[in-house]
Amino acid sequence: MAEGTIQNKDEFLNRIAGKLGRKKAEPVTLPEWKHQPQWEVFKNSAPDDLLAAFCKSSKAKSAFVIQTEVANLETAMKDAIDKYGGGLIVTTKDGRFEEFGLEPLLADSKTHVWDADLGKRNIEIAKQANIGVIFSDISLAESGTIVQFNDKDIARSVSLLPVTYIAIVPQSTIVPRMTQATHRVHQAVAAGKGISTCINFISGPSNSADIEMDIVIGVHGPVEAVHIVVTDK
Amino acid sequence: MPMKIGEKPFFGRVDDALENNFMRTAMASAQDRLRGRKLDATVRDEQIGDWEEWRSAGEEIRRHTLENLDYYLEQLSENFSRKGGHVYFADTAEDATRYIQEVAKKKGAKKITKAKSMVTEEIGLNEALEEIGCEVFETDLAEYILQIDDHDRPSHIVVPSLHKNKEQIRDTFRDKAGYTGTEEPRELTAFARSQLREVFLQADIGITGCNFAVAESGTVSLVTNEGNANMVTTYPDTQISVMGMERLVPTWKELDVMVNLLSRSAVGQKITTYITNLTPQLTEDSVDAPKEFHLVILDAGRSNALGTEFQSALHCIRCAACVNVCPVYRQIGGHAYGSIYQGPIGAVLTPILGGYEEYGELPFASSLCAACTEACPVRIPLHEQLIRHRENYAAQKGRTGERLAMKAFGIGASTPALFQGAVKGLPAIMKPLAEDEGISSGPGPLKLWTAVRDFPAPGNGNFRSWFKNHKQEGDS
Repeated sequence: MAEGTIQNKDEFLNRIAGKLGRKKAEPVTLPEWKHQPQWEVFKNSAPDDLLAAFCKSSKAKSAFVIQTEVANLETAMKDAIDKYGGGLIVTTKDGRFEEFGLEPLLADSKTHVWDADLGKRNIEIAKQANIGVIFSDISLAESGTIVQFNDKDIARSVSLLPVTYIAIVPQSTIVPRMTQATHRVHQAVAAGKGISTCINFISGPSNSADIEMDIVIGVHGPVEAVHIVVTDK
Repeated sequence: MPMKIGEKPFFGRVDDALENNFMRTAMASAQDRLRGRKLDATVRDEQIGDWEEWRSAGEEIRRHTLENLDYYLEQLSENFSRKGGHVYFADTAEDATRYIQEVAKKKGAKKITKAKSMVTEEIGLNEALEEIGCEVFETDLAEYILQIDDHDRPSHIVVPSLHKNKEQIRDTFRDKAGYTGTEEPRELTAFARSQLREVFLQADIGITGCNFAVAESGTVSLVTNEGNANMVTTYPDTQISVMGMERLVPTWKELDVMVNLLSRSAVGQKITTYITNLTPQLTEDSVDAPKEFHLVILDAGRSNALGTEFQSALHCIRCAACVNVCPVYRQIGGHAYGSIYQGPIGAVLTPILGGYEEYGELPFASSLCAACTEACPVRIPLHEQLIRHRENYAAQKGRTGERLAMKAFGIGASTPALFQGAVKGLPAIMKPLAEDEGISSGPGPLKLWTAVRDFPAPGNGNFRSWFKNHKQEGDS
């Protein structure tokens, strides 16, 4: 991306300042909020309780949930792939696949690992793929949500274009709710670190209730979703 | 098409709506379902604790942000542009569309995909882009339905095609897009998916609204369910997001609270399926991400509310919870408001944006029952603002009849003899109009009421004389 620009700022903001009773914007310190109910949700919950809540919430979001240990993850993955029709698979480029013993999945001839060097061809492959496999970076117990920090390797398309996404959810990534995830991003920003261009909160397959308020699963994103929760890593 | 819907005057539009029995039944049923879902996800959800605490948190955040809007907009624009994004501050709808046209021309854009966005409806962006030869594709299912139905207009902020049933949608798809399937929502939705799949991948520009921008990081956050917003912001080389200037939060911490309030209040979900947070980056090297990112920050009348009694109307997060409980919206539907913003918030916001001349009658489309104020997740005192609008409108328009009536009432009510005379005389005046227990064709101001329903005939007694007798009986 080239250098950015701003147009028509001063006149616009000075007008707003004028309406608010000052000549121009003055520095503001964010107050300590009086009301912060968000921190009370699942406060002091044990990891196993969060895991149970994550599984329950995922199901409520129409995701199929599998619980397994690392030693059985490869088998669980194979079963899930078979259950959802096999075929062409696309994965993100993520060191955790090896870390979690999933080399055989990557080595399979029907698997395409996202490779930024191949350019737009990746998108063509993802479009044809039946299943996209990703890791969750942060997982929300309250809502069965997986969070991805997308970049050139953790590509947005993998969880978006295929008919089904399978998300591997290490138990250690489960937090009570969105509060903890956004707090982490806030801390990164406050520390002057760059953040991902797309921070994606995904909760199950795409859906719509636009026709007579009837919920239809599967609109422009995936039609099916699988959350494989890995318990001992 | 801009904010305005239809050419008829307000009461003409109301008449049309009242004759449309199908629409009124659909509205009532949709309202009940949306309201029920909201209650399940808010006051009835024990997991999130006290919903009133959440409302207070939302109110506190919105108030602080609007009181310091100049500072946070400056911060947002600096952070967005420092990372390679382009910010354009648009004073008017015309400024915004002109800027976006220029970007489209510069890019030589032919196909443009759009995610659902009321603010781009407000500025008439589709027409502006079509004017310069672009093909614009609405991709949200409800907006897609409206677009292919000869650009029908939205009737609800969150579900714009609420006034159409599945049979009508089937017929529209058949007549306009060659659909051959049934009226099953699943089949209709699958058709939209297949129609738009390739379009998403071929588009030159993707356009979105903005649920919340995050000032501290220069991020645009989109709260959606269908996956279309992700498609629109992933494949085109250029992304343009348009935001009302009030739609921002200071940091990611406040984003959390606002997304929770919005998801639960709008559609009764703990969280929508996608919360997509997009930030420009100078070193963007992803294959599937835009290479150019524009943010258009729009005033278009919003600043009229700043520093006035209406400032809190800008706290609105467009959840439509107030629309879903409004007894007037239930009867007249969305189009009768004559604005893309309907219901109580529409009746408050539209005159701020468009002026009393054109929209001054809208605040009268309310029973002032205050259900809207009670439903609002950020506690905007909607019914009080409706009253303020009425006062301002009457004062500005110099509505002689209304002012005289109020003055006469003031004199009558402050003079005991006149007041008692009027109260005693009312049954005698009204009696000739009554049939059985009701008046079905009233004079003057009663006419609007009796056009739709009977007005109860006044009884022979009145409260004052009843109370006097009752007290005497009690004393004896």
